[in-house]
Amino acid sequence: MSTNQPAPSPSALIRIAQLHKSYKLIDADGKTIENAVLQNINLNIEKGEFVAIMGHSGSGKSTLMNILGCLDTPTSGDYWLENQNVAMLSNDALARLRNRYIGFVFQGFNLLNRMTALDNVAVPLLYAGENRASSRQQAMEQLRRTGLEKFAMHHPNQLSGGQQQRVAISRALINQPPLILADEPTGNLDTQTSQEIMVLFERLNREQGITIVLVTHEKDIAAYARRLILIKDGSIVYDGDQALENALDPVI
Amino acid sequence: MRALRMNRLRTGLTMLGMIIGVAAVVLMLSIGQGAQTKINQSIETMGSNLFIVLPGATSSGGLSFGSGSVKTLTVNDAMAIAELPTVNATGPVISGTAQLNFNAKNWSTSITGTTPDYFMVGNWTIEDGSIFSETDVRSAARVVVLGSVTAENLFGTINPVGKTIRITNRPFLVVGVLAAKGQSLSGRDQDDNVFIPITTSERQITGNQFPGSIRYMLVQGKSAETMEEAEIEITQLLRQRHRISDGMENDFTVRNLTAIADVATDTAKILSIVLGAIASISLLVGGIGIMNIMLVSVTERTREIGIRMAIGANRNAILIQFLLEAIMICFMGGMIGVILGIGSAWIISQLIDMLVVITLSMVFLAFLFSSAVGIFFGFYPARKAASLKPVDALRYE
Repeated sequence: MSTNQPAPSPSALIRIAQLHKSYKLIDADGKTIENAVLQNINLNIEKGEFVAIMGHSGSGKSTLMNILGCLDTPTSGDYWLENQNVAMLSNDALARLRNRYIGFVFQGFNLLNRMTALDNVAVPLLYAGENRASSRQQAMEQLRRTGLEKFAMHHPNQLSGGQQQRVAISRALINQPPLILADEPTGNLDTQTSQEIMVLFERLNREQGITIVLVTHEKDIAAYARRLILIKDGSIVYDGDQALENALDPVI
Repeated sequence: MRALRMNRLRTGLTMLGMIIGVAAVVLMLSIGQGAQTKINQSIETMGSNLFIVLPGATSSGGLSFGSGSVKTLTVNDAMAIAELPTVNATGPVISGTAQLNFNAKNWSTSITGTTPDYFMVGNWTIEDGSIFSETDVRSAARVVVLGSVTAENLFGTINPVGKTIRITNRPFLVVGVLAAKGQSLSGRDQDDNVFIPITTSERQITGNQFPGSIRYMLVQGKSAETMEEAEIEITQLLRQRHRISDGMENDFTVRNLTAIADVATDTAKILSIVLGAIASISLLVGGIGIMNIMLVSVTERTREIGIRMAIGANRNAILIQFLLEAIMICFMGGMIGVILGIGSAWIISQLIDMLVVITLSMVFLAFLFSSAVGIFFGFYPARKAASLKPVDALRYE
C-alpha cells in the first residue's frame, strides 16, 4: 500500500496528519470491537486545487468528506483548516467555520423544501448575522450569476434536479467560502445535467480560485478534477494527477 | 414559523390544548374573583368591629332551647354595655312584621325598633331626611325611617320624607329614607325594612311579653385590636348583671361578626385559589401536548436540522428556532384563550346572574403563565434538536 505523503506546506488550505476514525461496534458475542473506517490519513490540499476523491462504497470516502466538512470529528490525528486546528474548536466555532469557510453540495441537494430558492440561498447569510433584506438581495445576485433568477420564487419541488443542484451551489457560494465540498453532486442527475454541473464547478475553480473537493465513484466525473485521491479500505492508495491514475486502474 | 403554517391541523389541535387551558384559568379566576367581590360588598355594608349579642340558650329539664328563646337581654343591658371602655356604641333591637299603608298602597315588611346608635353601628347611611333622635325614643314618637326597597314599594317616585304612613293603622311621620345596602351575608334583603324608635315599637306595634327585653343587640367595638378584650368585658358585665354564679352557663351569646366575615373572605379566597389551581391543570396538560408535538416535529425535521447545521447554524440558532415555535403556539393559544375565557365568563354572568370579575392582572397572569408553559415545555425538544450531531442529523432518512 503506497502512501504518497506530500511535503507539509504552511499555506495549505487543508492539512491532515495521521488521522484515524473508528466506530465502536458490538459483535455477536457482545464484545465491543473497534471498526476502523479511516486509517493513517495524511493529506494536504492547497488553495485553488480541484481534487476528486474516489473509492468504492464503504471505502471511507464519505467519512473523510464529513470530517473535512467539520460535520464529524476524527478519533485521532490532526486536521487544520485555514491553519485552525479543528479538534480544538467548540461546536459553535465549528458552525462558524462551516458557515464561513465551507460550501456544501450534496447528492440529494438538501434544500429546505418549505422555502423558496431565494430564501434557501439566503439562509447561510442569516446565520452569518446579516439582516434579512440584505441577505435576500445578495442571494438574488448570486442566483442571477448562476442563471436562476427567474426561479427565485419557486420552491425546490417545483424545480428540476439540475436546477435544484444549481440552487444548492448558489447557497454554497453565498458566503464566498474558499472551499467547496461536493459529495456525489451528480449522483441524482442525468449525464447531460451532470456535465453542466461539472462545468460550473470547473469554472468556479478556474475563474474564482475556489478550492473544490469532490467525492464521486464515476470516473468521467472525477476526470474534471486535476488531482485524484483513491481510497480503499480506509487508506489513501493513490494521490496524484489524473494521467497516472489510468496506470493504476487495476488497483481500484 | 413556516413549519407551523405547513401543519395547520396539528398546530391548531396543539393550540386548542393551550386555548382551553388559558380560557379555563381566566374563567375560574373570574368566578372566584366574583365570589370574593360579592362577599366583600356584603361585608362592607355590615359595619366594622361588630358583635351581635343574643339572649337565651337556656335549658329546662335537660332540654336546651336555642339562642333567643328566652328574653333575658334588656335595653338596660345595652345601655350598660355602651359604657364599657372597649365599646363604641350599642344598638338594641326588637322586631316584628306589620302592614304599612300609604294612600291606597300597602306593603308588609319587617319592623325594627331601635335607637339612633343602631344606624351608626350597622353602617347605615341616610339618603334623604334624617334618622330619628334620642328625644323621639324617650317620647316614643310615631316617626319612621324607611329602607330603600320599602320606600320604593310604598311611594314609587314620590319623596316619602314628611309624608305620613300608617303602620298597623297608626299614623307615623316619615323622617328619613336610608341608602340601599343590598344583600346581607346570609342573603337577606336588608333594604326591605322600616325603623322606628324602640319605645314606640314596644308599646304600640310589636308589643312585648316581657317589657324592656330585646331580640338582640349590635355592639360596635372601639377598634379591631381590642375586639377580644371587648368580648370578655361584655361577657363579664352581662354575667354580673344577670347574676350568673361561677360554673353556671351564660344566658346569652356573644358573636364576633367581623370574625365571621373574615372566615367568609378567607373561604372565598381559597375558592379562588382552588378554582385557579384546577384550571391550571388543564394548562399543564396543554403544555405536555406542546412538548409531545414538538418532539415529533424535531424527529421529523432531523434532516432539516442537519442541513441547517451544515450551512452554519449554531446550537443557539436551532434552539431558538424550535423554542420560538413552541412559544408562538402558546402565545397565540393564550391570546385566543383569554378572549374565550372572558367571553364565557360574560355569558355565564348573563345566563345565571352570577357576579364575575375580570381584572387586567388576571389576564396578564394567564398570558404570563401560558408563555412560561411554552418556554418550559418547548425547551426540552428544542435542546434535543440543538444537541444533534450534524453528521447524524444529515444522514437521517
